Amino acid sequence: MAEQFESILDMFNREFMVRAMVGGMLVSLCAALLGVSLVLKRYSMIGDGLSHVGFGSLAIAASLNMAAPLELAMPVVVISAFFLLRLSESSKIKGDAAIALVSTSALAIGVMVATITKSMDSDINSYLFGSILSMSETDMWFSITLSVIVLVLFILFYNKIFAVTFDESFAKATGTKAGIYNMVIAMLTALTIVVGMKLMGSLLISSLIIFPAITSMRVCKRFITVVISSAIISVVCYFTGLTISYLHSTPVGASIVIVNLAALIIFSAVGLIIRLAGNRK
Amino acid sequence: MELLKCDNVSFSYENTEVIKNLSFTLNKGDYLCIVGENGSGKSTLIKGLLGLKQPSDGKIIRSEGLKSNETGYLPQQTPVQKDFPASVFEVVLSGRLNSRGLKPFYSKKDKIAAEENIERLGIEGLRYKSYRELSGGQQQRVLLARALCASKQLLLLDEPVTGLDPIITEEMYRLIDELNKKEKITIIMVSHDIGSSVKYASHILHLNFDNSFYGTKDEYLKSSEGKSFFVQE
Repeated sequence: MAEQFESILDMFNREFMVRAMVGGMLVSLCAALLGVSLVLKRYSMIGDGLSHVGFGSLAIAASLNMAAPLELAMPVVVISAFFLLRLSESSKIKGDAAIALVSTSALAIGVMVATITKSMDSDINSYLFGSILSMSETDMWFSITLSVIVLVLFILFYNKIFAVTFDESFAKATGTKAGIYNMVIAMLTALTIVVGMKLMGSLLISSLIIFPAITSMRVCKRFITVVISSAIISVVCYFTGLTISYLHSTPVGASIVIVNLAALIIFSAVGLIIRLAGNRK
Repeated sequence: MELLKCDNVSFSYENTEVIKNLSFTLNKGDYLCIVGENGSGKSTLIKGLLGLKQPSDGKIIRSEGLKSNETGYLPQQTPVQKDFPASVFEVVLSGRLNSRGLKPFYSKKDKIAAEENIERLGIEGLRYKSYRELSGGQQQRVLLARALCASKQLLLLDEPVTGLDPIITEEMYRLIDELNKKEKITIIMVSHDIGSSVKYASHILHLNFDNSFYGTKDEYLKSSEGKSFFVQE
């Protein structure tokens, strides 16, 4: 026991771990806040689509030997976010099918480019499933900046986000510019995904958006408690997953997703018990 | 006093015209029921009146005294809302958003207004309940309380009694009638229920592509459109 405690302490002495810890926890915080709105609006697939687009653009950046691949990935993913949002809102094309088209295409293009140019040779795996070593100093600072922006915007616009999430047509009809808030949420989601993608892996990053919101909704009944608890759940699950990954050398992205899955199962059980107890009364 | 005027308005939906050359004037204190068959453009018209959809032709003129942030709206429920984790108070309070402008947080005044509307609709006991745990009728009351938070003059309701049982339906109609008579709120309601429409409304708009009927309730009952509904009874 003492030995394990020591290795956990040891974790904080390693620079790459501190970066992964700080950067990742902030990314999971942002993802959880944005996720509540996305999940409730049935836009969760946008997150998944964006992460695949992110992979494609990182692969292209790597093949071009770009020094800072995020500089290409960020604008591409932000633009795709607007595009996917439009697709989901348009009634003519089925939104979910369109997102699947975009995300599989991006993935295919990424794998193709990476294989032909041999630019991702050894680490295509880490791009897809994440790597604990990937959080650079720049990435960490970027995630700190991003989380400050997300937190400030989220608090300032909290009431508007609630109104637009609960009932977009009412919000629009009574004079709230719902389109702007949708755009802002999509843009921040895009940035969060790009920053967290290398650490979590592009196939797994969308879990950070979806799991915490769904988990807290099993138990919480008010919007404010859903928001706060999913932020806490997300950060705690991230920390636990990262620690497990460090101690047992398990893949980092997968460890975090599995911890999130465990939390979902526990919360579902608790929610069920509460409901059953409530019905008995 | 004129509140809202439609001047030769046409609406199209996915490139087909559903409403053509519609003209009517709504005065303060009126209770207008919009009836018509499925696909006759009732919801489209409501969206137009709310400013969510532009008419393809003609003009909708709002009186100077009617700002868009003084209109309340009771939309049809969406599947998203049915299991939405929010307390009743949170939902009702969100109706005050349009009077906040750019200010990010609700004031004491907003909270008091929300409380008042909760009491007005007799849902005090549900204040801290979760919206998703309420029955259909209770949810409609909550949404009506929210709409009242947003409306000082005009209230638009899109099929407010869909899915409610007969007793709750009657109660909803009575509530809406009270708001109109006592609080002098102008009502525009889309309805399938022609019997109740005729019972409570002061004016009827029967949509029928380019041959819509608009007039007072009594005129409607004498018109061919009105008769066609009531001959069977």
